[in-house]
This record gives sequence, structure tokens and C-alpha cells, in this order.
Amino acid sequence: MLRIECPCCGLRDHDEFRYGGDASVTRPAHHDPDPEAWYRYVYIRTNQAGLHREFWQHVTGCRQWLVVERDTRNHAIASVSLARKLSARKSPARKSPA
Amino acid sequence: MSRYSAFSIFRNALSGQKNWQRAWRAAEPKPSYDVIVIGGGGHGLATAFYLAENHGIRNVAVLEKAYIGGGNVGRNTTVIRSNYLLDGNTQFYEFAMKLWEGMSRALNFNVMFSQRGQLVTAHSADQLDGFSHRANIMRLNGIDADILDRDEVRRLVPYLDFSDTARFPIHGAIFQGRAGTARHDAVAWGYARAADGHGVDIIQNCEVTGFLRDGDGIVGVETTKGRIGAAKVGLAVAGHTSVLGAKAGLELPIESHVLQAFVTEPLKPLVDQVVAYGADHFYVSQSDKGGLVFGGNLDGYNSYAQRGNLGVVREVAEAAIALMPCISRVRLLRHWGGVMDMTPDASPVICPTPIEGLYLNGGWCYGGFKATPASGWCFAHTIATGKPHPLIAAYGLERFRTGHTLDEAGAGPSAWLQ
Ligand SMILES: Cc1cc2nc3c(=O)[nH]c(=O)nc-3n(C[C@H](O)[C@H](O)[C@H](O)COP(=O)(O)OP(=O)(O)OC[C@H]3O[C@@H](n4cnc5c(N)ncnc54)[C@H](O)[C@@H]3O)c2cc1C
Ligand SMILES: [Zn+2]
Repeated sequence: MLRIECPCCGLRDHDEFRYGGDASVTRPAHHDPDPEAWYRYVYIRTNQAGLHREFWQHVTGCRQWLVVERDTRNHAIASVSLARKLSARKSPARKSPA
Repeated sequence: MSRYSAFSIFRNALSGQKNWQRAWRAAEPKPSYDVIVIGGGGHGLATAFYLAENHGIRNVAVLEKAYIGGGNVGRNTTVIRSNYLLDGNTQFYEFAMKLWEGMSRALNFNVMFSQRGQLVTAHSADQLDGFSHRANIMRLNGIDADILDRDEVRRLVPYLDFSDTARFPIHGAIFQGRAGTARHDAVAWGYARAADGHGVDIIQNCEVTGFLRDGDGIVGVETTKGRIGAAKVGLAVAGHTSVLGAKAGLELPIESHVLQAFVTEPLKPLVDQVVAYGADHFYVSQSDKGGLVFGGNLDGYNSYAQRGNLGVVREVAEAAIALMPCISRVRLLRHWGGVMDMTPDASPVICPTPIEGLYLNGGWCYGGFKATPASGWCFAHTIATGKPHPLIAAYGLERFRTGHTLDEAGAGPSAWLQ
């Protein structure tokens, strides 16, 4: 069973969360006219066997979007952080796939 | 290869069952082949068989990192059906169904294909309308399909919840009588034996770790048993397409996810057909040994772990009991997971690639067992001729770029929602 350490709520069963996919893909700028950029954003994934940065939303808890680093071979979680803190630093785009 | 027959059983009985031939040779790699197929699952083995059988290409090796049948071909819940809605899928899966119908004979191996029928329950008038639409499409393509009303469903499967307190009352069902199940290991073994009979080398414990290149093209593979040359290389590695694809330089619209399967303790005959729950994700059949075999949703996050998590066990059990309250006290004997490629439209990718000499067969999601014979047939054609077989014209990689996706589930471009 996966257990995710929510920065707001503490260690919780992953059933409380919703998966939001690969967090390392970057959304093109809103007015980006390049179809190739959008194609890559929507479809292309590296799908690593190893450490994977991914979104989870704590839906039945604080409802925050989190970025979790997890090893896809054994589910060991290396880090959890709030997505909005990271995205404020990295890119202005909202990445919530919901 | 000596053929299995009533006579061979008799002859081997007389010599105390000691003189049966191996089903396939324990081959060691030759320096090079015309075609190397990576992955000794159902699809890889079927591809090798049809390369030899249909195209006369016998200098072929199947490289399997562990043992054949240890991947998803031996982990699935064995449901075979051709009740697809979308053009491209409908014809391809029906072609597979026809091959299933002749498979035991064609391979001289009993794959125990049992056409017990499959029904999917409908839980609203709208859902039943949707199923009628699907049934009409199927019939227009020459595929058998029936729409059943509530009473007809009740006569067929009286043990479902028809009470006033049912969580989602049953309105009717779509039924395909030619659907069913097959013995999955036998499919791998049957194709392996038949391919071996044509001279194909089946090489187990041989992991492909990289590709040999000449310029941009691929001219062979690096393996744990050394380098092996090949004029053409076909990739059929189920959940590991991204891992190997990346080594060849392919960027793919694929995520790996785990799907679990479950088996209960053996029961007396109860479930005659394959039954799927239209209100949630649950489907069940009964094995010849009496166990109920069932499954449900993906675990739903990227995983190469080949084992599932408990949350899904609970979800599947909840769905099972909502549909079939009578099994609430049946004990679960075992459950396991398989790693599968999930594409963003739940349809496969089977095509030549932009890399010279490399052919791709993957993205089968959770429904690829039923595709096994057609996949092998069409992939062999694609490798032999360098051009996609007409039946897989819709399964090219470029469909994601051009917008011609085949989103059978209508779930949008998130692999874990498919
Ligand atoms: C739990 C579960 C239930 C399912 N139920 C159904 C169902 O009811 N009906 C249905 O139609 N489909 C079902 N499926 C899907 C179906 O099993 C798969 O789509 C299909 O079997 C995949 O093709 P395959 O048989 O060739 O894969 P596999 O048998 O997985 O073959 C791939 C092989 O490649 C090998 N390999 C990987 N990497 C390398 C490497 N580097 N070098 C050499 N070899 C390598 C693996 O070891 C493996 O043996 C289910 C899947 C699962 C997991
Ligand atoms: Zn929280």
C-alpha cells in the first residue's frame, strides 16, 4: 500500500489521493501556436522505470496538489512537496489535469 | 516436431510416458537472424510463428528475458471478445476471434478456447441505448451481438443482484455468444511449439539490453547472451515498451501501469458465461477448476512493480459484491499484477517505426490477450513486407499527432483513466 506524507495533513493512505500524472511535463505557453509542443505535452511521456515526479491531489484531505517523487519499480517515495510552491518557482502555468 | 494425436498419446502410454519430445528446443543464439522478435509473450511468439507460416521467414529468433509465458500472457484473466465499437478496432478484433476459432487445430495444441459467451450489464436506459448502438455496429460488421432485456438477463444469470435494493438496478445487457476464454499458458506454449517446429529459435533467459546500429538503422541487439545481428527487429515486450523504446531512441505516448487479477477458492459451477458489470469495473468468469477469475480497474499510477496494491483489492471486492451478493463470503485464493503499456486512447501501437529496421508492437493496455493471434498475424506481415497490414492501419503512432486517436473508452488523453 502506498502511503503519502502530505505536507499539510501528515502520513495518509493513498486511497485519499487522486493521481494526476507525470509532473515533469511542462505545459506550453497559453498562446503557443506550435502543434508539436502541444502534441508532446499531451501525449509524450518518458515513463521511467525509476524515480518519477508525479502529481497527486489530496482529495479527501486538504485538497492540495502535491508533487511526489516515487520509484516506479518499488513505490518507495523520495519526496513530497506542494505543487503550487514548485510551480510558482518553475512556471506560471497551472498543471492541474482535473 | 512430432504431432499430438490420439495415436501419439497411445504410443507414449505404452512406453510409460517417458519418450515425449520437448515442446520446443532449448535454443542458443546464432550470430545473426533475418528477424529478431524481442519478447516471448503471446504476441512475440505468435509473430514468430506467422513469420514462418505465412511468409516463409524461418531464420527467426524470439528473445525472452525470463521464461516464455511469465509475462502478461500468463497473468491475464483470459477474456476473449470482439465487441468493439470503433472502426479499426471492430474489424481487427473480429479477425482475431476468427483465428481463435481455428487456433487449436492450426497449432496442433489444445488452447481450450471456450466460447461460453460474454454479457455486459446495462444499468440505465441510456446505457442500454449505447449498447444497442454498439450491437448494431457489430452486426453491420458481421459480428454476433444480442441485446437482452432485464428478464432475459435474469434467466441467464439469476445470481446477479435483481433485488429492490440493488445498488445499480439491471436494465438489460449486451451479449456476444462467440466470446469466451482460453487457457492462456497454452497459447504461449502452443505458439512456441509451432514456431519451433518451423525452425524458429526460442531463446529464454536472454534479456535485450541495447541495440546494434549501422548509421541510424538498427542491425541487431545486445543481450545478456552477447550481440546478435538481425536484418529486422520487432519489439513485443508488453509493459516494457518505453524502457526498450528509449534505448532505440523512440519517444512514445505510453505509460506503464499495473492491472491485478484475482482467483477465489474453487466453487461448484456457478458462472457459465463471462459477466462484466456495466456500472463499475468488474468482470468475472469461472475457470475449469472452479475458481472465480476476476478483475477490475488499473491501480492507476505509473508502475513497473508487477504486483498490485490493496486499495484496488477492496474496490474490486466492492464492485463484485454489488453485482453478485452471493459471493460475499467466498475466499480469495490469490491475486497478482501485470505491468502493461497504457496508451492515451487505450488502443495499441503496432507499426513500422521511423528507425530503419525497427518495428513496434505494444500499447495493448489491459485487453491485449484477445488480440494475440491477429497481432502476431499483422505484425508478421508488417515486418515481412515493411508495410502495415491493412487491419492495423489505424494503429500507427502518427495518429496521436494527427488527431486520429481510437479512444474506445472515451476517457480522454490520460493513460491512467483509460
Ligand atoms: C491482470 C491482467 C488481466 C488481463 N486480462 C485480460 C483479458 O481478460 N483479456 C485480454 O484480452 N487481455 C487481458 N490483459 C492484457 C493482456 O494480458 C496483454 O495485453 C497481453 O498479454 C500483452 O502481450 P504479450 O502476451 O506479448 O505480453 P507478455 O506476455 O508480457 O510478453 C512480453 C514479454 O517481453 C519480455 N521482455 C520484456 N523486456 C524484455 C527485454 N528487455 N528483453 C527480452 N524480453 C523482454 C517479458 O519478460 C515478457 O515475457 C490482462 C492483463 C493483465 C496484467
Ligand atoms: Zn493533505
